Amino acid sequence: MPSHTFVLNGAPVTVEAPADMPLLWVLRDKLGVTGPKYGCGVGVCRACTSHLDGAEIQPCVVPVADCAGREVTTIEGLADGDTLHPVQQAWLDCDVAQCGFCQPGQIMTAVALLRRTAHPTDADIDRIENVCRCGTYVRIREAIKKAAANGA
Amino acid sequence: MAAPALAVGARLADPDQAAALPGVPDVLDLGEALILAGLPTAHLLVLEVTEAGRVVLELPRAEVGQGLTTAIAMLVADELDARLADVDVPLSKARPELLFNQLTGASNSVRSLYDPVRAAAAAARARLVTAAARRWGVPAATLRTQDGAVLAPDGRSASYGSLTVAAAGVVVPEVPTTPKPAERRTLVGRPTGRIDARDLVTGKARYAGDLQVPGAVPTVIARPPTINGTVRSYDAAAALAMPGVLAAVQVPSGIAVLAETFDQALKAKAALTVDWRPGPVAALSDRDIRAKLKAAQPPFLVPPLLTLTVDAEFDFAFVGHAPMEVLTAVADVRPDRAELWCAVQAPIVAQQTIAAELGLPQDAVTVNVVRAGGSFGRRLFFDCALEAAQVSRAAGRPVKLMWTRNDDTRHGRMRPASHHRIRATHALGQVLTYEHRVATVQTDFRHGLGEALTAAGFGVQLGGLSLSQAFFLLTEKLPYDLGVSTQLLAEVPLEMHTGSWRSVYSGLVRVADEIMVDELARTLGQDPVAFRRARLGSARGRSVLDRAAEAGQWGRAMAPGHAQGLAFHDEHGSAAACLVELDATDRANPRVTKAVMVADVGLPVNPRGLEAQLMGAVMDGISVTLQAGLHIDAGAVREGSFADFHYARQRHSPTDLQIHLMPPNGEPGGAGELGVPAAAAAVANAWARATGTSPRSFPINF
Repeated sequence: MPSHTFVLNGAPVTVEAPADMPLLWVLRDKLGVTGPKYGCGVGVCRACTSHLDGAEIQPCVVPVADCAGREVTTIEGLADGDTLHPVQQAWLDCDVAQCGFCQPGQIMTAVALLRRTAHPTDADIDRIENVCRCGTYVRIREAIKKAAANGA
Repeated sequence: MAAPALAVGARLADPDQAAALPGVPDVLDLGEALILAGLPTAHLLVLEVTEAGRVVLELPRAEVGQGLTTAIAMLVADELDARLADVDVPLSKARPELLFNQLTGASNSVRSLYDPVRAAAAAARARLVTAAARRWGVPAATLRTQDGAVLAPDGRSASYGSLTVAAAGVVVPEVPTTPKPAERRTLVGRPTGRIDARDLVTGKARYAGDLQVPGAVPTVIARPPTINGTVRSYDAAAALAMPGVLAAVQVPSGIAVLAETFDQALKAKAALTVDWRPGPVAALSDRDIRAKLKAAQPPFLVPPLLTLTVDAEFDFAFVGHAPMEVLTAVADVRPDRAELWCAVQAPIVAQQTIAAELGLPQDAVTVNVVRAGGSFGRRLFFDCALEAAQVSRAAGRPVKLMWTRNDDTRHGRMRPASHHRIRATHALGQVLTYEHRVATVQTDFRHGLGEALTAAGFGVQLGGLSLSQAFFLLTEKLPYDLGVSTQLLAEVPLEMHTGSWRSVYSGLVRVADEIMVDELARTLGQDPVAFRRARLGSARGRSVLDRAAEAGQWGRAMAPGHAQGLAFHDEHGSAAACLVELDATDRANPRVTKAVMVADVGLPVNPRGLEAQLMGAVMDGISVTLQAGLHIDAGAVREGSFADFHYARQRHSPTDLQIHLMPPNGEPGGAGELGVPAAAAAVANAWARATGTSPRSFPINF
């Protein structure tokens, strides 16, 4: 079985897995990193959204081999120790989460958006495809704007 | 061994009250009936103060995102004068001694726990104060409590943790054990963030699939192409030869595949060869089901001859619950015992059913209740836990069973499709009669509700009525005076997976009512708000309606293709009105641009959490009215995931959402489902005005 080495949340990891195994299952079933959630397995619901070299990915459709030598960041790697990332803090301030299951993906999507666009418009935010079945969208919008205002 | 810390039980009220039931279901609603069913066991709620100073209230309910654990922690902290951060609210495992008092549903959790939780906390506080008084040799009445400590007038203080062992020995407290009057509360009613928010934003929160139970291997089930199809034969040789695959076993719902990772289990599942028998509804598609519903409809009593009539028919499609967390359960079944971990709303019924399935005594089965990634009624059923137990027994090892999103969409529970006929007659500007005939595919309520209603005395009261009829009678009430009104339910039993979907019958019946009310007002040449106001029996209801009309600037000029819509709903001892503005210039992509939701829930324990529930209700209303539903094609669900089940996304959310809560005016009513019918109907009424059409079939874009 091939082995794959990449940086996960700041630390190098090596894992043995078939090259086509989606990163999501490598993270969850082999590495015990459960922040990224399974919601559909086909890149639609985006509950697993994480970052590869700082850009948004859906690990359920990214083969682990594609991550070799690169930096994978999940929700677990976003905060700086006990200091939350400004987007996480905005999520707390706006009390966004309800069931919370989609929120790791929502937060990682928002962080990636704010990296691309420091001050996203409503139209930019409207393009976020992540599903929230509890319907927290209004607070997500509010939290993204708050994080942007705080210079996240 | 440490001395026992203080643990007190609360006794709600005189359990004999249950024997003095009113005789007519109309004077009760469903939540009140469930409270009565739970009365005899309300004193089994246990609150503990640990020597480390933690206040622990084990909650016999599910946390599915509704924010219940936060609301309960607030009630405890306020009553006990503890710090909110010191209160823990873990979820109880199945406790069969609670009988009917461990069912999460019917928007009833805060309503049913408000008294017993405060009673438990007040009893604990009285014992802690008494213990401090004895330690210091001062009269208990001179002491006060604050921030998790007892304080003496001379400045001495003792933390609850330091007093708890002594307090456990206090038999008769020296200060009253009655809960505080409302004016002395400091936390209840103050907008408060979720107590688990940090875990939720850092990925630390654990759902069933995140648990690391030793030896529990990833498991998926190959399911039939049609609903409730069955296995005729199968060949797993190719699947078993694949890397990482551990076993394949047959269970009633299909073929389970166990592997080292979910990826390997999913790939092996795809490599199975299964010959399936078609399911019991394989001959039926939407059109056939609608024909059955129409044929089942009870007739109107009033002929359309003597007066002016307004007739309308409505259809609602099946809708999936589609919680973000697909059903997942961990099961470890041994010859003499079993342990399960899953998110369930009726754990006692799950425990009973699984024990019977495994041939074990009920107390040999442990059902651990895990937080849920959403529910909306779905987790009233524990089908995944039952399957996980079956697989674990058959495979002889612990398993972590996960439904795929396809499984959830195609084999999950659904709000049943319904057909409605409504006839109103009027003369001289007055509505004389209002008849609503509902036919639905039968709703499955076999999750303990029937037993609870029987315990509350309804077994006798409702005599020949089915459980669905009982539920219908206890929940469906027309809030308006529309003359002589009758509402009747007919059910078509089909072997499909149905279940309560947030707001249950009200999400259908009351939505059709509210559309009809708008049409009646138009027919009579009256303003829809004034028409409702003149016929609303409740003063609280009128206030809520007025507030929505005022805050939402009802009647303001709108551009072509844009319109306002408004609707009202009261249930669970609460009332809500919703006003939306809809942009329907692109009919294929309508957008609710603004929503105003007003709610009177008696006492909002946590206004911030309540606002979150109402916000979710607005999104549910937008989804089910405009775009989200499931088709049935030859006994199978056509849709497969969020790619074609169009639950609202960010681009469908209003950029302007205002939620107004009426001031406290009593005890808490229910709130989790309240907003859905009002929101769904407001969107439909806005669509009617924006497009000049009469919407009859939902979702509109389907």
